[in-house]
This record gives sequence, C-alpha cells and structure tokens, in this order.
Amino acid sequence: MAGELAIEAVGLRRTYRTRTGWLRPRRGSVDAVRGVDFAVARGELFGLLGPNGAGKTTTIKMLNTLLTPTGGTARVMGLDVVRDTRAVRRRIGYVFGGDRGLYERLSALDNLRYFAELYGVPAREQRARIGALLDAVDLTGREHERVEGYSRGMRQRLHIARGLLHEPDVLFLDEPSIGVDPVAARELRAMIAELSASGTTVLLTTHYMAEAEELCDRIAVIAAGRLAALGTADELKHAAAGRRVLSVEAYGVTDAHLAHLDALSGVRDATVEVSGQQQTLRIQTDAHVDVQPAVLRELAGVRLGRVETRAPTLEDAYVAIVNSTRAEAAA
Amino acid sequence: MNPVRMLLLGTLLQVKQQSRSPLEITISLLVPLVQATLAVYLFKAGTNPPALLLAAVGAGMMGVWSSVLFGSGAAIQNQRFQGTLEILMITPMRPAFKILPITLATGLVGLYSVVATLLWGVLLLGVPPSFAAPLWFVVAAPVCVLALGAFGLLLASTFVLLRNANAIVNPLGYPVWLLSGMLVPVTALPGWTGPIAAVLPTTWGARALRAAVTGGPVWPALALCVGEALIALVLGAIALHFVDRRARVTATLALT
Ligand SMILES: Nc1ncnc2c1ncn2[C@@H]1O[C@H](COP(=O)(O)OP(=O)(O)O)[C@@H](O)[C@H]1O
Ligand SMILES: [Mg+2]
Repeated sequence: MAGELAIEAVGLRRTYRTRTGWLRPRRGSVDAVRGVDFAVARGELFGLLGPNGAGKTTTIKMLNTLLTPTGGTARVMGLDVVRDTRAVRRRIGYVFGGDRGLYERLSALDNLRYFAELYGVPAREQRARIGALLDAVDLTGREHERVEGYSRGMRQRLHIARGLLHEPDVLFLDEPSIGVDPVAARELRAMIAELSASGTTVLLTTHYMAEAEELCDRIAVIAAGRLAALGTADELKHAAAGRRVLSVEAYGVTDAHLAHLDALSGVRDATVEVSGQQQTLRIQTDAHVDVQPAVLRELAGVRLGRVETRAPTLEDAYVAIVNSTRAEAAA
Repeated sequence: MNPVRMLLLGTLLQVKQQSRSPLEITISLLVPLVQATLAVYLFKAGTNPPALLLAAVGAGMMGVWSSVLFGSGAAIQNQRFQGTLEILMITPMRPAFKILPITLATGLVGLYSVVATLLWGVLLLGVPPSFAAPLWFVVAAPVCVLALGAFGLLLASTFVLLRNANAIVNPLGYPVWLLSGMLVPVTALPGWTGPIAAVLPTTWGARALRAAVTGGPVWPALALCVGEALIALVLGAIALHFVDRRARVTATLALT
C-alpha cells in the first residue's frame, strides 16, 4: 500500500549534460542513473550499495530534491519530489560524508542555531532540541569551538545532528563513514542503528559491503546506474551460490593475464585487488570444476604466494553482481 | 517561523563566517587604505576640502560595491566549495531567505570599508571631516549598505545558477563605480549613461552620501535608493525561485 511507503522510485533516470573546453566546448552527456525502481517501507533501514561512480549520490539527490530526474518519478512520504518540493524538504534530512557541508568558521552551536531557523524549528524549542542533539552526538562541551578545528568524526557527528534538527521522517545518509577512523565508524554505525530503532526511515549509501550487511534491513546493489540486485544480505549471498572461490596471492599479474583467466572454461569471474606490492586474485568458478591447474599454468612465470579455495562470502556475491552488471553495460 | 528573526540571525552568522577568513581580513584592512590614498591624491588637484572628503566617501562606497559584487559571488562560490550551498538550498524556506543573509552580510562587511576609508583619509591623509549633515551621513551610510546588499540578491541568483558567474559579473565592478558617480560626479559623464545610472541603486546611494557631505537634501536620493533596492529585492526573490528549480535541472549547486 502506497501509504506505508517512505520512498518510492519508479523508472528513475538521470543524465548529466557536460561541457569540456572553453573556446570550442565539446558537449557530452553521462547517463548516471538508467532506470531504477525500488521502494522503502516506513521505518526501514535501506542500503544502496555500489562501487564509486555507480550512481548512488545521483539517486539520493533525485530523492532529496537536489536534482530533477530526467526520467521516472519519485515519492517521499507519498509526496512527489518534483511537484511537492518544499513539503518533501520539510520531512527529510540529508547528511553526506567527508569534510564538507558545514560552516567552517562558525561554532557547532551557531551551525545548529542557523539550521534550526532554516528548518522552522519553533524558537522556544530550539535550545532544548539543540542541547539534546549535542548530547546524542557527544559534542556537548565542544559546541562553542569553531568547526575548522574539529576532527573528521566530530564533523560527521555534527553533520548528523544538523540533519536531525527538524526530526525528519526520512534521513538520507550518503557514505557517512567515508574517511572516518574505525572506532568513530563503529560509533557512527551504532548511532544509525539507534536512529532506525527509534522509527526514522534511513536510506544509506555505502561502498563498504560490511557496513551494509551489519546495518541494513535490505540492500539494493547498484552498478553502472542500474539496480543489479535487491534483497536481504542473505538473499544477496545466493548470487554466488553454486560457486567456489580460488584466491591467489601474486606479484606482477597483468591485465592480459586477467583476460586469459577470465576466458578459462569454468571461470565465472576474475578480479584482482591490489594492496601495496601484493595482488590478490579472486577467481570465482563453478563449484564442480577444479580450475586450479589451468590457472597456475596461465600464471607461469608470475611470482605467487598463498593459493586457497574457499566458499564464497557476501563480498564475493557483491563482486559477482557488480561485475556481471558492468559486463552487461559494456556489451 | 519568524522571518525577521531568521534574516537577522542568518545575516549575523554569515557576517561572522565571512569576516573570519584571513584573506577577507587582509583585504578589508588594505583595500580601503589604497582606495583612500588613490582618491585623495587624484582629487588633491581640486584642493577644496569638500572634494577631498567626497573622494574619501566615494572610495568607501566603491568598497561597499566591490564587497557586494565580488563578495556575494565569492561567498556563494565558497558555499559551493564548502558544500553548504546544497545544504542551504535543501532547507524548506523560500530561497530568498537563504541567500539574502549572504548578500546583506557582504554589504555589512563592506560598511567597514566606508568607515575605514574615512578614518584613513582623516587620520593619515589629513582630509578635514567637514560633513554638512553628519547625522544624515550616519543614517544614510548603513541604509545604502543594506540597499546594496538587497541589490546583491539579484546578482546572487546568477551566482547560484552558473558555476562560473564570477567571470561574467566581475567586469561590472568598474563601470558601476563610474556610472553611479561614486568617484566622478554623474554630470561629468556622457549623456547616454544617465538612464543606466538612474536604475542603479548605487547612483542614488552615492548621491545621498554626497549630499550629506556637501549639503542639500539627503532624503530624496536616499528614498530612491531604498525604493530601487526594494524592487531589486522582489525581482531577486522571483529570480531565485526559478533559479532554485533550474539549478536542480542543470546540477550546478554542487561542484561536480
Ligand atoms: N555534475 C555531474 N556532471 C557530470 N557527470 C556527473 C556529475 N555528477 C556525477 N557524474 C557522473 O555520474 C556517475 C555517477 O556518479 P555518482 O552518482 O556520484 O556515483 P556514486 O555516488 O555512486 O559514486 C559518475 O560517472 C559520475 O562521474
Ligand atoms: Mg557518491
């Protein structure tokens, strides 16, 4: 029933017009989001998971009224984002990750007072609400300091407090944990879980699979502007069902190697992750075939480390989903 | 919601934000000095005391105009860099309420430049502070500054919409200085400039301040200045309403 939905996106698309060069500008266009459908129930914590450039931010900005969709429709709490813009704005909060989005040379308190006004929080309620939020995000005692002296984690918490000033029904969180240290990131996740428990609908984008798995009721995987999968974390794991993963530590694998590996029979997907000097090959195969001898033959001459075969994890499922979508988009 | 309270708080905080930038502080200390010196030496030839004071006042007004013109462009560009432009535009208030405090603040930061230019002129360069109507001057200067801030709202709509509007609007600095008679009396300009000058609130603001220095009625020019500012305010608010919609199509609120 439509009344029970916090967010509905139907055939949502967005194309950016681009211009490069000044004297003789070259015009182009980027199809950032290419027809996305999903619905989020009231009170749900919904994750939009995808690699960089997948279209997560573009999707969020169409839902929160910062961008007009080039196609499709979207409703938030039953209100159309293009026609009922101001009504939508009253009911949503928007928080993004990174350093930006705050008045640097003002104190936290000034930032909050300003936005309390802009969100029409009644004057006599402002003091109490700001006080409670400062407590909730653990900034009480630091509220008179200028934001420019804050750490990443403190900024992120202040950003969240600002997004909650008007007690929104729906909170959009765009990669809130980006650049935050692990301890602060854990606190952030606890805060998001608590918010969701208190009844706020949350749409969270992230490219950390573990974050999505820990927090979200349901996860939509977005890749190359399309929804590639949608379901609970357990449901998504099925994308890799019937597979095995061969993981190989290596030094000096080239793109040509990777292409050859991908072409081997029984290999569903081959990717490489680099950390420092070391590469980790992740080769997904059909469960019943043993590709190890063939893989080692292809890699003859490359220095290898540990080689192991294991059952797929959620992360393998995610990689499989994203890569199959990319392959389709490229075809 | 109380619109007056919102505008006051917004303006106060935007003044704080703008005036705390080290670059801003340096510029606002140095520019008035340069302007006062230039103006006084240019007009030393005339040597009669009112002309000197007029020159200092004119230089101060140029400071306000620069502050509004470059300042509101820079302030909005800064907010785009800081990511606060999106955060501001996504609030449910009418767009004029979000942008007017920014341009009023640039005017108020510019008011400092009137005061500083006068002080430099009087203290360092020996300009006699012989105002014909000092009280009127004290009233007219802040009114002019607010009027220019309101005029800035109209300019600001282009800054919100276009990412590189600075390049388009910056060349307006010098012509407007000249046309409005901030430095040279309008009567010394060619006739065709008259109608253009008449629609600029800066012209009437400069005239009101001249009258306060040299004598004559201040209020007619001041009233025209305020009237034009109010018209600019209405036009600016309407323009911003469309800009708010348009910027969501062109995706220019953010940097990328
Ligand atoms: N203002 C813009 N102009 C042109 N292209 C853009 C703009 N914003 C984003 N893009 C492009 O759209 C695609 C999706 O970007 P985005 O939604 O930011 O992805 P994500 O948030 O998932 O990293 C990317 O290819 C990006 O380069
Ligand atoms: Mg993004």
